[in-house]
Amino acid sequence: MKKEITVTINGEKRTAEVEPRMLLVHFIREQLLMTGTHIGCDTSNCGACTILVNGKSIKSCTMLAVQADGKEIITVEGLATTQGLHPIQEGFHLNHGLHCGYCTPGMMMRAVELLENNPNPTEEEIRWGIAGNLCRCTGYNNIVKAIQYAGAKMRGEQLPSTEPEFV
Amino acid sequence: MIPAPFDYAAPNTLAEAFALLEQHGDDAKILAGGHSLIPMMKLRFASPAFLVDINNIPGLSYIREEDGYLRIGAMAREADLDHSELIRSRYPIFTDASKLIADPQVRNMGTIGGNIAHGDAANDHPAVMLAMRAEVVISSAEGQRTVPIDEFFYGFYMTAVQQNEILTEIRIPIPPAGTGNAYHKLERKVGDYATAGVAVQITVDGKGFCTYAGIGLTNVNPTPMRAARSEEALLGQKMTEEAIAEAARLAAEDCNPSDDLRGDEEYKRAMVGVLTRRMIHKALERARR
Ligand SMILES: Cc1cc2nc3c(=O)[nH]c(=O)nc-3n(C[C@H](O)[C@H](O)[C@H](O)COP(=O)(O)OP(=O)(O)OC[C@H]3O[C@@H](n4cnc5c(N)ncnc54)[C@H](O)[C@@H]3O)c2cc1C
Ligand code: FES
Ligand code: FES
Repeated sequence: MKKEITVTINGEKRTAEVEPRMLLVHFIREQLLMTGTHIGCDTSNCGACTILVNGKSIKSCTMLAVQADGKEIITVEGLATTQGLHPIQEGFHLNHGLHCGYCTPGMMMRAVELLENNPNPTEEEIRWGIAGNLCRCTGYNNIVKAIQYAGAKMRGEQLPSTEPEFV
Repeated sequence: MIPAPFDYAAPNTLAEAFALLEQHGDDAKILAGGHSLIPMMKLRFASPAFLVDINNIPGLSYIREEDGYLRIGAMAREADLDHSELIRSRYPIFTDASKLIADPQVRNMGTIGGNIAHGDAANDHPAVMLAMRAEVVISSAEGQRTVPIDEFFYGFYMTAVQQNEILTEIRIPIPPAGTGNAYHKLERKVGDYATAGVAVQITVDGKGFCTYAGIGLTNVNPTPMRAARSEEALLGQKMTEEAIAEAARLAAEDCNPSDDLRGDEEYKRAMVGVLTRRMIHKALERARR
C-alpha cells in the first residue's frame, strides 16, 4: 500500500506517493529526478549516497523514503546559491578534490556536517570524519585539503594555498 | 537491492506501537536506526510484512545518571553518545567503542537499543554491556521488566525481547571510585565488524586489590560472551602482571571463535589474549586517575 509523504528538499516542499519499500535514494533520483546523489555500493559502505536529513549526514541507500516524511533534506543540488558555490564546492574545485567525481556529492555532504559540528578540525579529525566515504581516485589528500579550505573560508580566515598535490 | 514489499507505520506513542505489534504478531518488526535491519531486508535475509517505525516516539533518547544508574534510552544514537559530555567525561569505554563502530553516517542513525536488540555477536555494544553488567529494560502493554545482560542474549539474532515487546532502556550501575574501563576491537578497516573485541571494567580498592571485574568479548562466540573464568581469576587478587596474564590466557582459552575471512581460530584466540591484557592495563590506568 502506497503512503503519502511530504519532504522539504533543498528548500522546496514536495509531496508524493511511495511504496514503503522504496529507498530514499531511489525516491530522490527516480521520483524527484535529482541525480546529483549517487549510488555506489548500495550496501551502506561507500557513502556516495550521503545527504543531509534534518542536518545530519546519512546514507540514503539505507533509509526508506517513508522515514523521511516531514523531514528537511539537503542534497548536493542544494549547496550552491545565487551568490555562487558553497565553500565546500569551491574547496573541491580549487584543490582538485575530485577526479572522476563519483564520490564527490557524498563526500561534500558529509564534509558539510563535519564542519558544522567541528568548524576547525585537525587533519586527523577530517580523516576520521570521512571514514564512511570511499574514493577510488584521489588518494584523499586533496579531499582533506578541500575540506580544510572550506573550513578556513567558513571561519573567515585567510585561505590556505590551493596548490594541489600531485602524487 | 530493494526489500520485499511490506506495510509500514510510524506511531507516535509506545501504546500505539504495542497495539501494532500485537495486531501483526510474528509478521511485524521494529525499525529503529535501520542500519542492521534495512541491509538485511535488502539482501532478503529478513522480509517482515510489517514495519513498526519507533523513531517518532518521543522521550526514548536520553542519556543521564539517575538513582545510581547511567540510563540510556533505547533510541539514543551512537552519535548522541559521541556528543554527550557525560559520556565523554565519565564513561571512556563508550568513546573507545563508538569510534570503532561503523562510520559517522551510520552512527547518526544506529541506536544503542538496536545494537543490542539485534542480538548479533559481531556488534560492539553487547560486550561493553557485559563488562559493565548492564540491565535491559523491556516494555510491553502489560508493563516493564528488567533483564540482566547475562540473561539477554539467547542465540544467533535471538534475545529476551519477545514479539509484543520493545527494548526501552539500558541501565548501567554507576561504577564506584577506583573504577576504570576500556574497549578495543581489531578491525581490518574502518567500519568493519570485529575480528575480535574485548571490553573490560575493573574496580580496585585502596590497597590495589580487585573488587570488580567485568570482561566481555565481541565476535568470538555465537553470542556475546562473558569471560567468566578471567573475571574470577582477577577478583580479590592484587593486580599483578601474573594475574593479568592469567586472565588473558583464560579468555583466549574459553572463547569459541570460528575461522572466517577475518582470521582463523588460532589467530583470533591469540588476539583475544592480547586485547584482554591490554584492555585490563588501560582500565587500570584509568582507574588510577
Ligand atoms: C556499514 C555498516 C557498518 C557497521 N559496523 C558496525 C560495527 O563496527 N559495530 C557495530 O556494533 N555495529 C555496526 N553496524 C551496525 C549498526 O551499529 C546498527 O545500527 C546496529 O546494529 C542496529 O541498530 P539500529 O538502531 O540501526 O537497529 P535496526 O536495524 O533498526 O534494528 C535491528 C534489529 O533490532 C530490532 N530492534 C531495534 N530496536 C529495538 C528495540 N528498541 N526494541 C526491540 N527490538 C529492536 C529490530 O527489529 C531489528 O531486528 C554497522 C552497520 C553498517 C550499515
Ligand atoms: S550507495 Fe549508499 S553507502 Fe554506498
Ligand atoms: S573522485 Fe573518483 S571516486 Fe572519488
